[in-house]
Amino acid sequence: MTSAPTAKRSMLPTYLQVAPLTIVLALFFIVPVALVVVVSFFRYQMLVGIVPDFTLKNYIDLLSNPTTWTLYRSTLKFTLIVLAITFVLGFWIAYFLVFHVRSLLIAIGLFLVCTVPFWTSNIIRMISWRPVLGTEGLINSALLKMGVIDQPLQWLLYSDFSVVVAYVHLFTLFMIVPIFNSMARIDKSLLEAAVDAGATRWGVIWNVVLPLSKTGIALGALFVVTLVMGDFFVVTVMSGGLSGSATSGIFNDLQFLNYPRAAASAVILLIVVLLIAASIFRLVDVRKELVR
Amino acid sequence: MAASSPSYGPRPWTFYVLAALFALFVIFLYGPMIAVLILSFQGPSASLVFPLRDPSLMWFDELFNPRRTGDVVGAFNRSLPLAVGVMLLTVLISVTAGFAFRRRFKGATAIFYTAIASLIVPGLVLSIGILVTFRYLGWPASWYTSALGAHLSWALPFGLLIMFAILGRLSPSYEEAAYDLGASKWQTVKEVVVPIVFPGMIAVALFGFTLSYDEFPRSWLTVGSKNTLPLEIWTMTTNVTSPALYALGTVTTIVSFLVIALALSSIILIQRKRSRGK
Repeated sequence: MTSAPTAKRSMLPTYLQVAPLTIVLALFFIVPVALVVVVSFFRYQMLVGIVPDFTLKNYIDLLSNPTTWTLYRSTLKFTLIVLAITFVLGFWIAYFLVFHVRSLLIAIGLFLVCTVPFWTSNIIRMISWRPVLGTEGLINSALLKMGVIDQPLQWLLYSDFSVVVAYVHLFTLFMIVPIFNSMARIDKSLLEAAVDAGATRWGVIWNVVLPLSKTGIALGALFVVTLVMGDFFVVTVMSGGLSGSATSGIFNDLQFLNYPRAAASAVILLIVVLLIAASIFRLVDVRKELVR
Repeated sequence: MAASSPSYGPRPWTFYVLAALFALFVIFLYGPMIAVLILSFQGPSASLVFPLRDPSLMWFDELFNPRRTGDVVGAFNRSLPLAVGVMLLTVLISVTAGFAFRRRFKGATAIFYTAIASLIVPGLVLSIGILVTFRYLGWPASWYTSALGAHLSWALPFGLLIMFAILGRLSPSYEEAAYDLGASKWQTVKEVVVPIVFPGMIAVALFGFTLSYDEFPRSWLTVGSKNTLPLEIWTMTTNVTSPALYALGTVTTIVSFLVIALALSSIILIQRKRSRGK
C-alpha cells in the first residue's frame, strides 16, 4: 500500500470511500454467514420448521453419519486431483506465455484467448461436454470409426472422469491468471544471472521461477480448492447424479426445508474451506504481494 | 527461454513442447463450445449428437416462441438488468474503496480479509445465509434485492483486487506533481487520475457484468420465485432433451462474447487514443 501524500489530512473521506463496500459486505456476507452459524444450532421440527433452541443435534447427526464422511472423502479426492492437474497446466501455460512467447502483444493476445471462456456461462460450458463425451459423442464415434474400440466407452460421460474434465475445464483459468501475474513480475535478468552462474534449465525453473511465482500458485490453489469444495452443480450434472459432494447434504436438507441441518452442513463446509485457506495464507503472505 | 538467450537465437525444444501443450489446451477450452454452437443448428431430427442433419434455425424459434421450453425470454429480461445493476454498483463501490485503501486507516486489514473471505466462501453457503437473513427480516427474496446483494458479495472482491493492481501503478507523486503545477483538485482527478484508472474500471465492469450474468450457486436460493437465466438453463438441463438447450447455450454465449468484445475493444481504443495524443 502506498502511504498518503499528505499524512495529516482528515481521515473522514477515506472512511466515507470505504463505507459502501463495508456496508455491502456486512449485509450480504457477515450477517448471512453469522445467521447460518446461529441457525445451525437450532432445532428442526417437522411441519413447524425452525425452533430456536440451542442444540448440538444437527452436528452430532452429521458427524456420526458415515455418508457425510464418504461425501467429504469423495470431494477431497476430486479437490486433490483437480488441484494437481490445474497446477501443472496452469504453471506450464503461464510459463510458456511469459518466458517463451517473445512478443508482448502476442503473449497478451494468447492470455486473452485463455481467459475469454471465464466470462461465459459455466453451465453451458458444462453441458457442452455432452455431445463430446456421450455414448454417441464425438470421441466415441471417432474411436469407433478408427477401430480402436468396438464398444462405446461408457466411462467418458457421467463418471468421475467427466467430473474431473469439467472441473479442469472450468477452473484451470483460476490457476493461469495468478501464476501468469506473478511470473510476469519476475525480472528476466535474474534468469540470465542464474544461467551465467551455471544453472541448468531445470535448475532455473526449480530454484528461481517456482519460488518467485509461489504467490500466484497459492492464490490459484485457494481459488481451485474453494470452488471444488463448494461445488454442487458440476458434480451433479457431470456424474449424472452418481457422485455426491460435500454440499449434497445441504441440497437434500433444503428440499425438506430442514434449514438447521443444512446450516450445520454449511458451517462444517465453511470451517474446512477456511482451514485450507488459512493454511495457504500461512505459507504465503498473499496480501503483501497483492497490495505491493 | 533464458537458458539459450532471452530474445534471439533458435528457440529451445521446450518452446515446441509447451506450444503444443498450449494448443491442446485451447482446443480443450473451445472445442466443446464449438460443438454446441454447431449442434444448435440441428434440424428436425432433434438429435443431440453429431452429425448435423438438415441445418435449421428451428430450435432458436422454439426458444423465443416457447411451447414447452420454459420462460427463457422472461429470465433473460431479469438477468440483463440484474447484470447491468451489479456492473454499475461494482464499478462505483470498488473504485471508491480502492482509493480508500491507498491510505492507511484503522480496519483496513479487517475489511480486506473480509472481502477475501467473501470471495472464497462457497456460494451455496452464502445463498442459504442470505435466504435465512431475508426470512428473518420478513423481506421477500427477489432478484433485484437478495440476488443483487449475493452477486455483489462476489463481484466486489474481484473489483477490489483489480483496483489494487491498477492503483498500484498510480504513484501519489503524480498527483502531487499536478498539484504543484497549479492544478485544482478536480483537474487533478480529471486529467491525471481518471485517465490512468479508466481501463481498469472497464475491466471491473466486465467482471461485474459477467460474474452476475452467469452466476448460479449464489442465485440459486436468492432469486425468489422468478428464475434468472442460469437457473432457467439449469432447469432445462433436466427437463429439455432437445437441441433447444444448445440454442440457448449459443445465444447466451453470443451475449457474453458481445460484452467481452465491447469491453476489450474500448480498452484498446482508449490506449490507442492516448498513445496517439502524446
